[in-house]
Amino acid sequence: MLLVLKKAGEVQKMLNEKDKVFQNLHGFQEPFIEGALKRGSWSNTKEILSKDQNDIIELVKSSQLRGRGGAGFSTGLKWSFMPKNTGKQHYLVVNADESEPGTCKDREIIRNDPHTLVEGCLIASYAIQATKCYIYIRGEYHHEYVQLEKAIEEAYERGFIGKNACGSGFDFDLYVHRGAGAYICGEETALLESLEGKKGQPRLKPPFPAGVGLYGMPTTINNVESIAVVPTILRRGPDWFKSIGAENNTGTKIFCISGNVNKPCTIEEEMGIPLKELVEKHCDGVEGGWDNLKAIVPGGSSTPMLPKNICESVLMNFDDLKANGSGLGTAGVIVVNKNNDIAEVIERFAHFYKHESCGQCTPCREGTGWMHRMMQRLVRGEISPEQIELLENVTKQVEGHTICALGDAAAWPIQGLIKNFKSELISKYNKKLKAS
Amino acid sequence: MSSNHPGLSNNFSRSGEKFSWSKDNLRSIKNIISKYPKGREQSAVMPLLYLAQEQNNNWISIECIETISETLNMPKIRVTEVASFYSMYNTRPVGENLVQICRTSPCWLRGSNKITKTICKETKCEINDTSDDNKFTVVEVECLGACSNGPMIQINNDFFEDLDEESTKKIIDNIKEGKPNVIGSQKGRRSSENA
Repeated sequence: MLLVLKKAGEVQKMLNEKDKVFQNLHGFQEPFIEGALKRGSWSNTKEILSKDQNDIIELVKSSQLRGRGGAGFSTGLKWSFMPKNTGKQHYLVVNADESEPGTCKDREIIRNDPHTLVEGCLIASYAIQATKCYIYIRGEYHHEYVQLEKAIEEAYERGFIGKNACGSGFDFDLYVHRGAGAYICGEETALLESLEGKKGQPRLKPPFPAGVGLYGMPTTINNVESIAVVPTILRRGPDWFKSIGAENNTGTKIFCISGNVNKPCTIEEEMGIPLKELVEKHCDGVEGGWDNLKAIVPGGSSTPMLPKNICESVLMNFDDLKANGSGLGTAGVIVVNKNNDIAEVIERFAHFYKHESCGQCTPCREGTGWMHRMMQRLVRGEISPEQIELLENVTKQVEGHTICALGDAAAWPIQGLIKNFKSELISKYNKKLKAS
Repeated sequence: MSSNHPGLSNNFSRSGEKFSWSKDNLRSIKNIISKYPKGREQSAVMPLLYLAQEQNNNWISIECIETISETLNMPKIRVTEVASFYSMYNTRPVGENLVQICRTSPCWLRGSNKITKTICKETKCEINDTSDDNKFTVVEVECLGACSNGPMIQINNDFFEDLDEESTKKIIDNIKEGKPNVIGSQKGRRSSENA
């Protein structure tokens, strides 16, 4: 029934308060153990851990939870790739290196509801037979790191984690490792390199981390939000999770809205909420009104922008955004109105990727710098229609030709700009030509 | 003055003073190394670089690198490599307050340029400079991950969010006068709720 409503794009009600996974997303309640217990964390963890490991994986699979870090891969399926009973040390690594421009969701989970993550780490680790878990948190999140360490300490004190966690017989240790200002470490294999005390340069795959991961051992890497929703899914059941959102795009999702809206915010909503509703209802609209909207970047800086006509009706889920030429990514929604130069928004992204390229692959190391210099000229109206085509062509030569997805991520925003606003870029050039 | 962000320069230098771990840090190091498996002590290089930086007035000298290399039994070049790869390890001295201004699109759309101007004016620093009284070093950085609270800056460990020119000036003034600042939103938001 919900599916029908959404397909029709009709106005729907806001997500029910009681269906929110993160009851303390904004920190109005106590973030630590007392508050967490009231919110239901740790209430029947022992019972969950008494289930068979495969059963837990199956339950998560059947909830259709898709990874919240950007790629949208089925979390349960990812867990099922882990080898069983190898006798080796398995690891769970949680990616809290939140650095994608436009994204600030994991930060709110960590500082305001850290026990959802700590409990999620325990359950997920149990499911993949990992007795050790590392949370890799970005270095700039110092305050969040302190909050998380405190929550972990509390969990140890209460016997929720550590030896015989929650009285389940399962021994589990949880550690936090701080990054130090490198976006690339959000890439899972770069993150593993970084954890091993090296430069964060991505590894070639295969072998995949499930086979050869941290210290050469079987490893699963998950985003903070993916892990933090797991306890609630297991408590309330996969059917509850599936009842929210649409087929294969289930559950609730944290959206971060930034840029030219009247009230930027981070909010948990139903997966698949219409983009327009997200902006109009939760952010009090675009600065200067909806008609002043230029474009929206729907899922963090890597996802191609959407022009206004698509923003009218697109749904904020994996499949609908993909069908419209973009992606849900990390659900970092960046709104751009007509008062700003859309080319400069992308030029700044290009600067970001140039800055963050790890330097390992030539197309990315050289390409991001070249693309950024071209983008600077484009902002000034100095590149001709032929050169715009050349720029587009180069983005396609970077895309898909690097070890990790940073090359793609650098190419897509520029492609999105040219695809949607080519005529505007050309008239910028003509205007400059006339003026000189 | 170097034209580089202190965390991005690869020109390491000597401080001229021996660097040896403080007693507290020696205890912390033991603790840190125990988080990683035996034989994988190299994993502790990042936390140790943080400790060294904290003990060494917020920068990493060649002496720090030498000490870490000894502590972890790891070649100096490997420690240097890590210290130069990550932007949060400062390779030259910085002022008492390292002011990092987010310049990426979400903050820029909400006026980060004005914040940069205000900070440069109030601290009398150009970007990447340290003020004459050594109170401030000002740098522009990429996304700090508080996009719903832009424009924002980070001063040492603290985030200051929802800024405008007035509140930015106030923060800098307070630091100059030794007065405490309210961390987080400067518009009275708890975190990133709609308000």
